[in-house]
Amino acid sequence: MSNTAATKPAAPRSFQEIILRLMTYWASKGCAVLQPYDMEVGAGTFHPATTLRSLGSTPWAAAYVQPSRRPTDGRYGENPNRLQHYYQYQVLIKPSPPDLQALYLGSLEAIGIDLELHDIRFVEDDWESPTLGAWGLGWEVWCDGMEVSQFTYFQQVGGHDCRPVSGELTYGLERLAMYVLGIDHVMDMPFNDPDAPIALKYGDVFRQTEQEYSRWNFDQADTAMLLSHFEDAEAECERILAADPVDGAGRRIVMAHPAYDQCIKASHLFNLLDARGVISVTERQAYIGRVRALAKKCADAFVTTEAGGAQPEGVGA
Amino acid sequence: MPDLLIELFSEEIPARMQARAREDLRKLVTDGLVEAGLHYAHAAAFSTPRRLVLALEGLSERSPTLREERKGPSASAPEAAVQGFLRSTGLTLDQLELRDDKKGQVYFAVVEKPGRAAPEIVAEVLERTIRNFPWPKSMRWGAGALRWVRPLHSILCILTTEAGAEVVPLEIEGIVSGNTTEGHRFMAPGRFAVSGFDDYAAKLKAAKVVLDSAEREAIIWHDATQMAFARGLELVEDKGLLAEVAGLVEYPVALMGDIADDFLGLPPEVLQTSMKEHQKFFSVKNPKTGRIEGFVTVANRETADHGATILKGNLKVLSARLSDAKFFWENDLRLVKSEGLEGMGAGLANVTFHNKLGSQAARIERIEALAREIAPLVGASPDLAAEAARVAKADLRSAMVGEFPELQGLMGSYYARAAGLPEAVANACKGHYSPLGPSDDVPTEPVTVAVALADKIDTLTGFWAIDEKPTGSKDPFALRRAALGVIRLILNNDLRLNLSELFQKANSGTDAGDLLAFFHDRLKVFLKDQNIRHDVIDACLAMPGTDDLTLLVKRAEALGAVLATEDGANLIAGFKRANNILAQAEAKDGVEYSYGADVKFAEGPEEVALFAALDQAEAAIAPAMAAEDFATAMGAMAALRGPIDAFFTAVQINSDNEIVRRNRLNLLSRIRQICLSVADLTKLEG
Repeated sequence: MSNTAATKPAAPRSFQEIILRLMTYWASKGCAVLQPYDMEVGAGTFHPATTLRSLGSTPWAAAYVQPSRRPTDGRYGENPNRLQHYYQYQVLIKPSPPDLQALYLGSLEAIGIDLELHDIRFVEDDWESPTLGAWGLGWEVWCDGMEVSQFTYFQQVGGHDCRPVSGELTYGLERLAMYVLGIDHVMDMPFNDPDAPIALKYGDVFRQTEQEYSRWNFDQADTAMLLSHFEDAEAECERILAADPVDGAGRRIVMAHPAYDQCIKASHLFNLLDARGVISVTERQAYIGRVRALAKKCADAFVTTEAGGAQPEGVGA
Repeated sequence: MPDLLIELFSEEIPARMQARAREDLRKLVTDGLVEAGLHYAHAAAFSTPRRLVLALEGLSERSPTLREERKGPSASAPEAAVQGFLRSTGLTLDQLELRDDKKGQVYFAVVEKPGRAAPEIVAEVLERTIRNFPWPKSMRWGAGALRWVRPLHSILCILTTEAGAEVVPLEIEGIVSGNTTEGHRFMAPGRFAVSGFDDYAAKLKAAKVVLDSAEREAIIWHDATQMAFARGLELVEDKGLLAEVAGLVEYPVALMGDIADDFLGLPPEVLQTSMKEHQKFFSVKNPKTGRIEGFVTVANRETADHGATILKGNLKVLSARLSDAKFFWENDLRLVKSEGLEGMGAGLANVTFHNKLGSQAARIERIEALAREIAPLVGASPDLAAEAARVAKADLRSAMVGEFPELQGLMGSYYARAAGLPEAVANACKGHYSPLGPSDDVPTEPVTVAVALADKIDTLTGFWAIDEKPTGSKDPFALRRAALGVIRLILNNDLRLNLSELFQKANSGTDAGDLLAFFHDRLKVFLKDQNIRHDVIDACLAMPGTDDLTLLVKRAEALGAVLATEDGANLIAGFKRANNILAQAEAKDGVEYSYGADVKFAEGPEEVALFAALDQAEAAIAPAMAAEDFATAMGAMAALRGPIDAFFTAVQINSDNEIVRRNRLNLLSRIRQICLSVADLTKLEG
């Protein structure tokens, strides 16, 4: 990583430009640029490209944007920093390369952060996801005192030791972009080029949805329905995993991903119930435990598949 | 004699682990070297966020040769025995020596262990140290199996003599030792070679790395205090923060900023907590007003704009944080002024405390009722205690505590004052959580004490009633801490409470006896730290009135004090002797000797004297015990030591005269009875 690069990238002008530059940067470093997972999740980690692909021995390198929903963080679009729907940028590389820190710093330069003028710090922050039965060690990365990313070496996922270890980078895109663009309120942030014929701000795209979802999340979501959906998802997850791995035509197909979809669903339904304030402190632990049990079973199933690093059927033990 | 330099270079080591890690490195390496027969003159360990360093001066060049002799079987022993000896020593028959022994000729093996060169030993010890390093939390990375706190990138390990530096060859999981290191990540990247510690320290300095954490702390402290001083302000001392910040930077640059006027109205604790917890900023206060008016942040680099960009960024983050805090503070104040503090807590009805113990509001109702009961026992007004209990947890619904949970209680006291509540109520909001730990201050204000006790006793009896007791290392509801809190509140304030009765009042579903036994266990642990022996407490626990912990502890203290005297220790021996003789006789005769001895059957002067002494002791002990004057009672008991010793020396219990024998056994029974009226001395050890 050279700090005396002759030309520093010009400052980006919009939210989408930052995303595009991250895409280009990580593509240039060899990552498969994936698309968001098509389900509601609380964080980029839930994408199967991270959760499941961090398991087993098969090498992996992926980068993607993941729309993330945290119903309790809704503020009707009024808070300058908090949203119930936001974007995370996620990078997962397995095994973690020895120069991952340098690669990460390169991505900051790519989006216009001048490392010669700013103070970048790696501050201890151990990551744990009780719902995924996962943990890792790493840092939150600070730029001038602001947390701009989470940097984690996965040690365990779904109760399985990660061998090899994946390196995970998570950028909170809105916050990072607001910092880079010098914006104080997220709704004022240029979404596309400010000189475009139809220049859109973040608020033009998302203010109304923040209001609508905040109302639904906090006041309207039908808790009885959410509860029964939670139970349906849980039951379906378990049923799929309990099914005979060999189908009617004699093919061995373990349905780890469809089962994991149900696990994700259960997790999001739990978040919605939580936002509705109908889950007590002790019940909370029980619900998290139920989702974790699903995640573990999905992980158990995934590692028996080829993508999960298992030998194809009939070969080996 | 060579000098040894070791540097373990890694990705950022958590600040809180660095001090312990450099000490562990020093100890593990020096212990290993000494164990292997090397010695050294001086050792010093250093740490930065990216390196652990050990510098040894005057290391010996090799370990000494060791000669070991082992005696084997006799020359006439069976072949198998000789072969066995050869196998165990790794020698052949012609290498053994035959020596004359008392029983004839015997084989001897003389094994010489040649000394080993320092590099070989260093490599071995360092590898063992790295593989077994006691990090509080460690991890794997990439495809390797090695564990370190964060990925380990390079190992510098050199021995330096006048002739030059030599790399100690070593390879761990693909990391090969060398003589190079890196400078500051941003200001001086790139590797360079070093030839010894002095060269290393000098080159690091040039490469913008201050190696010694004490020096980094000194720089931060000096620069920060100077900056504040130049503005007529004062840095708020915080040693923990200083050590942490020094562990986050290799090249500290202090930068000072002002807190915008908008935020100066926030309580100082809010400013300090927000800045410290979120930003690791030092607070800067105005000595005239005591207000927090500025901050110091510590960057890890110099920049061409002298930190302007960095300071601007930090200010922006701070101002976002403080805007939140201000918004919360103002909203909370508005709510409290319109709805009162009780109004703020109205939502607690919808918050579950525990699914079997109901909502927070239900809990508060119970605490209120109990605080009213306890108030007269601790000298508080029942109405004030009840009011305080009603509002003490209202701040849990405040926006500020939602954001900064560590400010619970403190915010309540601010809001109570804003709502115009009495000072005693405001103080109880803050103080009723105390004492939280063994070293936390114990509240003394009666209203606070009443609420603090009611809160903790409600929690304990509640979880006892639903059978959620602590087991082993599991204590998810911190019940041990709550019990210790109650114990310290009672003892520090000299309170006289009947705990079982309070447990019953708090929750009739509680097994009060079992909970009291739990309290007694916690009390033992607590008193052990105060150097009161556990058997002394057991002796007192066997007495009635163990509901009253103040009384119990007074008794234990008095007994402990008596046992520390010569008379006291000997009296116990005399008591035990009397008790043993009596117990044996009672078992043999099948009767209990408690009939009352009569002095008219006494035979010698010692026996007569013991009668007199027992009468005297009894006369002194009974009223003293009634007055809870344990020191006097125990003193009177200890005074029996002389007469009892004299009696046992002069008198044989077993007499041919059965009347005299029975009388003596009944006399021993009086000793037992009098002593046991003070404490159950049979529980004492030794």
